[in-house]
Amino acid sequence: MSAPSPRILPFLAVGLIATAFGLVFFYAPLEADQGFIQKIFYLHVPLAITALVGFMLAAVHAIIHLRTGDPIHDARAYVSIHMSVIFGVAVLLTGAIWARASWGKWWVWDEPTLVSFLIVFLLYATYYPLRYAIVERDRQARYASVFAITAGAFVPLNFIAVRLAEPLIHPRTLGAANGGLPAEMMFTFLVSLAGMGLLWVTLVRFELAAKASRGHLKRLRRNLLDPDQDAIATRGLGGRIEPLIEAERA
Amino acid sequence: MNPELRRRTPTLRAARVILAKDLRIELRTLQSLSAMLLFSLTTFVLFRYGLDRTSLEGSLASGVLLMTILFAAVLGIGRLFVAEREQGGFDAFALAPIDGSALFYAKVTAQLIYLAILEAFALPVFAVLFLSDWSGLGALTAVLALLNLGLALIGTIVSVMATNSRARDLLTPLLLLPLLVPLMISAASAAAPLLDADGPSFAEFPKWLALLGLYDLIFGLIGWAVFDYLIED
Repeated sequence: MSAPSPRILPFLAVGLIATAFGLVFFYAPLEADQGFIQKIFYLHVPLAITALVGFMLAAVHAIIHLRTGDPIHDARAYVSIHMSVIFGVAVLLTGAIWARASWGKWWVWDEPTLVSFLIVFLLYATYYPLRYAIVERDRQARYASVFAITAGAFVPLNFIAVRLAEPLIHPRTLGAANGGLPAEMMFTFLVSLAGMGLLWVTLVRFELAAKASRGHLKRLRRNLLDPDQDAIATRGLGGRIEPLIEAERA
Repeated sequence: MNPELRRRTPTLRAARVILAKDLRIELRTLQSLSAMLLFSLTTFVLFRYGLDRTSLEGSLASGVLLMTILFAAVLGIGRLFVAEREQGGFDAFALAPIDGSALFYAKVTAQLIYLAILEAFALPVFAVLFLSDWSGLGALTAVLALLNLGLALIGTIVSVMATNSRARDLLTPLLLLPLLVPLMISAASAAAPLLDADGPSFAEFPKWLALLGLYDLIFGLIGWAVFDYLIED
């Protein structure tokens, strides 16, 4: 997660999503079987793929965190999971709307993709109670990483198990079962996917930046109130803090 | 290699010692085992009374058996590291010149032994209370063996996390149940045809057994790889 500067990232994401919606409504053909409601596919599936990829990225960051002990990777794993859980809520909502429109029910229990996504979502929802039940900072980060790795391995296994156990009625989006998607649909889908992915990256970067500046602010405030207390912690800030303290004293 | 490291106690020997300690404690107090056995018995009685059937078959039978084992296992898993927490075992372990995986092996083995004892008791009770045809029970033990391994591996990872957290007993089932979903699906799908009314059928048996084995393998590797990070201070 480096490349483009955070300043243009949101514009890129918004632009791409706007393009995707334009394509969805004016370019992609109407699906013969389901009609207009099928267009939710371009929102639902990219959201789901982005959320799952986000969970996997969290596992990668967690592995790097355990190997290096660098807290930035713990923060990245945390924010990735956080953002993917939020995307997961959107996936469940859009999925329910689509299911209601095309199958007549809000939720279908004998449908492997729905059930496995719900289980994955519920598992990641327990990340928060685990994380905040551990007081000590280092241990909290380590345990959260272990959770992220375990859950990351769990995601594909869960999909295999649930899929083997149930019949298939959920559309196999990218499978060859229906001979795949027509080219226009595929193109629109890929643009939507890129847009959602970029939105995820943008939001993750914003949250990381917010977390970093909140930490920074806390440190500054602590120093202002009690400058002697942790001189060591502020050494990295250079001279910037001194004028503030001088002003406070005067 | 650094000479300090070479003086470490061999991991398997350390694991044996920790296992012996755990089993000795369990034999003297019978805390986990008695709770697990009693819980399974009570649950079966409740099912027998609640479902009000003379015999069960297929997915209902496998569901009753596996749910009971699962919740009895959760009881044991929750207590796996209680002695370490209450009597400073984690600190002692950190001071001892042994590898972190020794504790992992010992705890997984201890949990496997508890589960085997639980099932040696619960399976006959279940058969007497619910089954009219006992011919599938032999193959069922293979399913239970792989299920036990998965329960013990994931249980050990989750238990050490929950034990060292503030929420403790609250976290164990919360983390454990979703993580065990694929394992339980595979075990239930493997067990249901074995308990069919007209004799066991083995059509999909190898597939589910393979999935159970894969699950055990992956979480065994993960547990072995991450366990050090869970106990270091």
